[in-house]
Amino acid sequence: MSQIVEPHKTEDLVEVQHLVKYFPVRAGLMQRVVNWVKAVDDVSFTVQKGETLGMVGESGCGKTTIGRSMLRLVEPTSGSVHYDGKDVLKLRGGDLKDVRRHMQIIFQDPYASLDPRVPIGESVMEGLHIHNIGTRQERYDLMIDTLKKVGLEDYHARRYPHEFSGGQRQRIGIARALALRPNFIICDEPVSALDVSIQSQVLNILKDLQKEFGLTYLFIAHNLSVVEHISDRVAVMYLGKMVELATRDDLYKEALHPYTKALMTAIPIPDPKLKRKREVLKGDVPSPLNPPKGCRFHPRCPIAEKICSEQEPEFREAKPMHWVACWMVK
Amino acid sequence: MTVTAPTGDNTLLGENVATRKIGRFERFLGPENYRILTGLLKTPASIAGFVLIAFFIFISLAAPLIIPPVTASDPFKIPRDGFRSDPRPMGSEWTRNVPDVPFWYKAVTGKDEWVHLLGTSEGQYDIFYGIVWGTRTAFKTGLVVTIATFLIGIIYGSISAYYGGFVDNIMMRVVDILLILPSILAVLILASVLTPRIGKSLIPAMIALIAFGWMGYSRIIRGDILSVKQRDYVLAARVIGVKDSRILFRHILPNAIFPTLVLASLAIGDVVLSFAALSFLGIGTEVGYADWGQVLSFARNWITSLNTYWYIIVWPGLTLVLFVMGWNLVGDALRDVLDPRMRGKT
Repeated sequence: MSQIVEPHKTEDLVEVQHLVKYFPVRAGLMQRVVNWVKAVDDVSFTVQKGETLGMVGESGCGKTTIGRSMLRLVEPTSGSVHYDGKDVLKLRGGDLKDVRRHMQIIFQDPYASLDPRVPIGESVMEGLHIHNIGTRQERYDLMIDTLKKVGLEDYHARRYPHEFSGGQRQRIGIARALALRPNFIICDEPVSALDVSIQSQVLNILKDLQKEFGLTYLFIAHNLSVVEHISDRVAVMYLGKMVELATRDDLYKEALHPYTKALMTAIPIPDPKLKRKREVLKGDVPSPLNPPKGCRFHPRCPIAEKICSEQEPEFREAKPMHWVACWMVK
Repeated sequence: MTVTAPTGDNTLLGENVATRKIGRFERFLGPENYRILTGLLKTPASIAGFVLIAFFIFISLAAPLIIPPVTASDPFKIPRDGFRSDPRPMGSEWTRNVPDVPFWYKAVTGKDEWVHLLGTSEGQYDIFYGIVWGTRTAFKTGLVVTIATFLIGIIYGSISAYYGGFVDNIMMRVVDILLILPSILAVLILASVLTPRIGKSLIPAMIALIAFGWMGYSRIIRGDILSVKQRDYVLAARVIGVKDSRILFRHILPNAIFPTLVLASLAIGDVVLSFAALSFLGIGTEVGYADWGQVLSFARNWITSLNTYWYIIVWPGLTLVLFVMGWNLVGDALRDVLDPRMRGKT
């Protein structure tokens, strides 16, 4: 299994600081902004070179928005994203293109992420063409090589997306991200659209590639078992905020935040005799249109006290390499 | 947890999954285009449409062989057999301005000399000649106007969808304003303003039809571009660093253009119909120009006695109906084939 990242010894590859993304809600004749969806509200974290940072949370908690903001697929409202020392959010034109060569994304839905009218070989090769890498022949060879890395064959190159299964398409998506030999790949729920037997296949490919190319992943998912399998560190999101960030073993053994604890007891254990206490959260996730005052989790929190509904808890390092945002954690 | 190396080998699946052999032609065209092409030739209605259009294409190409022009310098001038006002029935004798006898004539009709096969109109214009040469006019106007409006609409709609926001809002409001004008009236006014400046020909009416005909396309293409723009493969292309123009032409337009294409194929018939309406109202070409609307307009004064002179309206009218129907059948078939719900049911 993957090694535990030793504290403070590794280099930060990506540094996200105070990232905020509000989506305007418009209404009326003049399309006036009447409200803001606070999708991501002041999130900071770093991704270290060579690690996999897992990111979990319920639907609508802002995981995908963070991933897309980092690549400027949506423009963040404020904050900064540094890749290798450069502020990605301030780059323009050619510089942005250069950085994009090193940062890629794998999408959730393998059926929507490939252009149905383009043979997959060309999809994979497009990036090489755009970045003027090598001659035509070299690009072709590199494309075939990349396809083989994800377990496809050279004769697949001229086929169209609809001729492939879901798992194969997801591997083509990986090949497309990999073709430029990036350092950092955002995996936006790459396996949640696949069935279980294919999931492990794709996860293992991602692990193999990480070993071979020294890749760094931001792995977004809502499946805790998948995240446990692949991550070195895990971040937990709730309603646009990061509530806990720790190494995988720390988090899965002794989670500090009550939300994380509740999530952990929801992981199914394949043992029918094992009885355990499950913490079932009351109610629903509040609307990100007007999140609760104070700690955003307090209306559902089993241990909330007065302060939780009044002041927002700080995201602090409660134990070495273990950050948490909760008033009740000492 | 044991980690087994992924092989990606699907040969084992092959025994259980029915695979379809994909021919060279299909690979050349691409799956979508191939499906569309084969789908188009499957229903009787679409085949009827294609047959009708092929028939009209044949007539327009073979017009000089079917009925040779009388005035070689201006083949679109319908020959007049005298100046009598009342129409003459089918099969009447042709005495003045008689065309040469083509090779097929004797075999088909059994006569040595030309007669008015479909009769003559008011002013002794030969209806058969007007219909045959009018086919060329129909194709010319239909195709030129449709292609021009299509291109203008696509460009306008793409710009609007591409810039979005405020620009999009303004551009689409302009479309709205143009769409609320009663179109035939607007076309009529513009064409009659242009005619004295350009002279009596096909051009003023064509310009007017183009000027008021492109808005539908721009609206539809804009909507489709906006929806395709958000798909993951477009985002993936952006992450790779592909330029916006390349994304538009390579990934967005090929996936967004088909509904607009359907509209265009349906519109060819409509354009010819509007053109005929303009001709019928006396806008456009000079009197005696081979054009279906013109031939129909000769019947205007005889509407009260159509039980005698039925042939002056039935033949050109029928031709027009068949032409429009041909394009509509093709357009319908195209729409069915492109309907995403039809996918996989070919």
